[in-house]
Amino acid sequence: MPLYVEILISVFLVISGVFGFVGSYGLIKLKDSVQRLHAPTKATTLGVGGVLIASMIYFIAKTGHISIHELLITLFLFLTAPITANFIAKAYIARNMREGELPSSGGRYGWAVYDDPPESRPGS
Amino acid sequence: MIEAALFFAAICYGLALLMDLWRISVGPDAADRILALDTMVINFIALLVIYGIARGTAIYFEAAMLIAMVGFVSTVAYCRFLLRGDIIE
Repeated sequence: MPLYVEILISVFLVISGVFGFVGSYGLIKLKDSVQRLHAPTKATTLGVGGVLIASMIYFIAKTGHISIHELLITLFLFLTAPITANFIAKAYIARNMREGELPSSGGRYGWAVYDDPPESRPGS
Repeated sequence: MIEAALFFAAICYGLALLMDLWRISVGPDAADRILALDTMVINFIALLVIYGIARGTAIYFEAAMLIAMVGFVSTVAYCRFLLRGDIIE
């Protein structure tokens, strides 16, 4: 394996390790539950992405052909991280905040935790 | 050099798992515990991929894929239970 490939893999691994550490450190450092939602959903997802990129480069350099598994895992994680963050925020709002305490949603409808979904008109 | 970087990344993710465990045991709200569990799943996927690079086999990617799917479904199930009091209505 050539030297520059090793340097590239090592740089990706170190960067992703730092991002994963920062994500979990934010989980214990930040004060509020909703603030705590920020650190793991962004930094940790980026860290896992770095590890998977490093793994992809390593196996391309080792075997000579592209492996698709890492891309599948990356795609799945990057698709599901916003969904889990949205669900956790909704669970927090449903347990800890009454309807009057919430700020205005800024749209024509209220918050999804308390209001019914708007009527969907076919064709609109 | 790759060995040293793998060692560093494994230490980082190990410490991250310990901090997630601390948040699970302390966390004042149930949403914090669910968030820490989800973070633990993602950190463990990274640790598994690092172990796969260290061993030089691609077998561990299937395990990582399965753990990613199970972790997502379990997180959504926990949140549904908190939101509705029921998982499948």
